[in-house]
Amino acid sequence: MSGSEVVIVGGGVTGLSAGWWLARSGVKVTVLDKFIVGWEASGRNGGGASHYSSPLFDEEQRMWPQMDELLGYPTEHQKGRILIAMTERQWEQYRFIAERHTRLNHPVELLDVKQVQEAVPLAGDNCFGGVHYKFGGHANPQRTVQAYAWALQDLGGKIIQHSPVTGFETAGGKVTAVKTANATYGCDAVVVAAGPQIPQLMAQLGVDVPLAAARAEMIITEPAPMMPLGGVDGHKIYGRQTLRGNLAYGGGPHEWLDVDATGPAARPSTPLARNLAKRLAELLPKAAHLNVIRSWAGVIENSPDGRPIIDRLTSPDNVVVASMSSVGFGLSPASGHAIRDLVIDGKCSFADIDILKLSRFDGLEKDWREKRGWMPIA
Amino acid sequence: MELNFNGTDLCAVNGTRSAPEARYDLVVVGAGPSGIAAAIDGAAAGQSVLLVDENPVSGWLMGNDTPLYFGGRMTSATQNSDRMLEAIFMSMPDLESAMEAGVELLLGTTAWGVYRNGPGVNSLPDQVVGLADRDRSWMVGFKKIVIATGARDLAIAFPGWNQPGVMGAAALTMLLTRYDAFAGRRLLILGSHDLALETALLALDKGLEVAGLVEVRDAPQGSAALVEKLAAAGVAIHCGQSIKATKGGLDGVEGATLTDGTDFVCDTICVAIGLVPSIELVDAMHGARTLNAQRGGYIPAGEPNVITVGDCAGLADTGFDHVAYRMDWVRAALKTNAPDTIICQCEEVTLADLIGVQPPQYLDRPPAIQARSLDTLLQDGPANPDQIKRLTRSGMGVCQGRRCRDQVAMLLAIESDKPFGTIPLATHRAPVRPLPLKILAEWDEPAAMDAAWDVWFGIPTQWVPVEDIGTPQEDAHREMLYTGMYK
Ligand SMILES: Cc1cc2nc3c(=O)[nH]c(=O)nc-3n(C[C@H](O)[C@H](O)[C@H](O)COP(=O)(O)OP(=O)(O)OC[C@H]3O[C@@H](n4cnc5c(N)ncnc54)[C@H](O)[C@@H]3O)c2cc1C
Repeated sequence: MSGSEVVIVGGGVTGLSAGWWLARSGVKVTVLDKFIVGWEASGRNGGGASHYSSPLFDEEQRMWPQMDELLGYPTEHQKGRILIAMTERQWEQYRFIAERHTRLNHPVELLDVKQVQEAVPLAGDNCFGGVHYKFGGHANPQRTVQAYAWALQDLGGKIIQHSPVTGFETAGGKVTAVKTANATYGCDAVVVAAGPQIPQLMAQLGVDVPLAAARAEMIITEPAPMMPLGGVDGHKIYGRQTLRGNLAYGGGPHEWLDVDATGPAARPSTPLARNLAKRLAELLPKAAHLNVIRSWAGVIENSPDGRPIIDRLTSPDNVVVASMSSVGFGLSPASGHAIRDLVIDGKCSFADIDILKLSRFDGLEKDWREKRGWMPIA
Repeated sequence: MELNFNGTDLCAVNGTRSAPEARYDLVVVGAGPSGIAAAIDGAAAGQSVLLVDENPVSGWLMGNDTPLYFGGRMTSATQNSDRMLEAIFMSMPDLESAMEAGVELLLGTTAWGVYRNGPGVNSLPDQVVGLADRDRSWMVGFKKIVIATGARDLAIAFPGWNQPGVMGAAALTMLLTRYDAFAGRRLLILGSHDLALETALLALDKGLEVAGLVEVRDAPQGSAALVEKLAAAGVAIHCGQSIKATKGGLDGVEGATLTDGTDFVCDTICVAIGLVPSIELVDAMHGARTLNAQRGGYIPAGEPNVITVGDCAGLADTGFDHVAYRMDWVRAALKTNAPDTIICQCEEVTLADLIGVQPPQYLDRPPAIQARSLDTLLQDGPANPDQIKRLTRSGMGVCQGRRCRDQVAMLLAIESDKPFGTIPLATHRAPVRPLPLKILAEWDEPAAMDAAWDVWFGIPTQWVPVEDIGTPQEDAHREMLYTGMYK
């Protein structure tokens, strides 16, 4: 495929990583984004990179420690994670998770209250214990987005911002061009990685992709003294300490939305910031005096089973669709690799990703959203 | 895994939020003259009215130039909140009238966010404003809200601006007229439009020394009458000048040198170049706003139930182009500021790093990133302050961008050779004042919130390890980690 043109719709981490992987293989890539790279979920997430439930997990774990060097730009990737249980029930749950990690040969260690306090200076003696994952980790989403974008450009790829894709041209069972309001981009293959806008775009190709969009929120504090390990969460919130020291945390109930083809009209945060603040103050009591200085929200899509859809279509047969189903930041080094493989070789070279095929939803009930209660509030 | 869906997502936000603690026909934010007047009007019309004002704010906030640019020049009197409360009542007799008219008044109470249903959110039981005092935060419902948050100081960087003694005109005015708590003696004032002239006259009136005024343009900008008054008081306006250097010691500013070499001894440099309407709350609630150069910058566009009054709605239009004037100051500063001049004080972002779009100092700067700059970024699209913020951290600190957001936007306009109006306004986000976790926390949240709380979406199939799919482990996983969902 070397020398051919691949157009990627969507400059989030998925599209950018795919573009970077393709450019590394000598493919000419053009990434089109409706606004600025990473403006949607990819620049608004928790930065977590520990997706042990995914067939892409091993590749995620293999790639992250190398990313800064391979990209040539910092991602702020940090290894490891500690989950702290703040209730008896959470302690039971986290030990259950630890047990299955042990069974799957993912290195974990149980921490008692004293060990938690040693490892996490901002924690208190109000916890039940913790689990130290010696794998996984977190990175800075915004820096990672730009690192992919710049690395892709360094390899000759193009990024065209402020250019919403409006449709496709097809001929002979293939997409031959991707259209925006002002231009048409001829292509040999297309990757659709447009997040919540995937269903509308794919509908234009006659392909039904079942996805529902929702809003999720985060808060961030002023800097705290640096902890030995920044990936501290638990108590049903997720987050990280940035390398500057800020505590950035999310979790809790989401709101299902309808998102039209032009993308989310707004990404408002809500008083959920208060419920996040409560849990963070409980999780890290020695940080309870720290000031919250911002909150924000992002919009993400989910497939009916919550797992990504990464698939090359049979018709048109030069289209790869990639929705990460709300768990796509951490997996991005691996999802990009898988997409590259599908575009070039038609098959993922490093993992069995059949479980991510779109066809698993063949015959899905029309009212799958209603059944799950994944409907916007009327 | 068999999932039995029953039409309800138990982890969705639907129905989990608390109702507001109280409801009013009218909430007024900001107890300045226009806020008080709006509150009294509402009460006179028989409405239930709550009037809140964040002042007196804590010494910690003042130390972080919030809400105004105090520059560390407040006396220890500002540590005594009772005395400050008293001072507020003494200086604003209308507050008593408002209370007599039936307005409920809460001082020392910050409005940190306004929320309502609209694009992207439909789960709020009510339109609400988040309030906080020293002890807690709570939500209050309203039919109508009047935002009368005034205007804040515009800050601009010059050599040595990041030391105590560099402050804004609004902060100085507040310290002088309200609290009698200004710690300086001798001021150099930047600007010569009415704001600067009035600030100088006020300082003289309060018995302070004014070393001079500095004007970047070739002639004084304010009204002739005020210029004359100042001349009569023997204070010179140094035109065609800006600050080349400052002298500082342990207590901050000790003197300044202008571009023409004139030296001044002073303990305070008061930036009186302009005021910016305080539209944080309006912008953070996605309220519409427009750029109006004659009225001080971005101002709310206005809505039926979200009304802005006073300086928050825009400075009085005298025909003066505030934006062009500020841009002249920033252009001049670009000539004198060394590359290592700090632009964002909280995050210590230098001018060179801002324009170079470089990451913070604690990160490595491999060769590839050193080759990147605003120029290379501009090839991908127009400058956006939020993107610059993500990359450089400018505006990401504790002062929430109060000291740098305006100058960063101006620098981006100048460096990208585009009109100021093409640079988007950097997003304001709730809480629009720093609020401690323990204060912001909803400690008495409804049980429904905790019941719906999951770390992520609560989709049982999302986190089952692939290896476990189709094994008994899959059901064990669901039993252990998902309480009730889809059962
Ligand atoms: C609050 C929050 C916390 C999260 N925490 C984590 C976490 O800790 N770990 C983790 O792994 N994941 C997390 N996620 C999920 C993660 O952010 C997303 O799964 C991931 O960013 C998806 O990346 P993407 O590139 O597939 O999609 P997106 O980031 O949505 O990117 C899609 C891009 O496509 C563009 N686009 C859309 N339509 C068009 C069009 N018609 N033409 C051109 N461009 C178009 C958009 O502008 C956008 O830039 C979180 C998400 C949120 C919101």
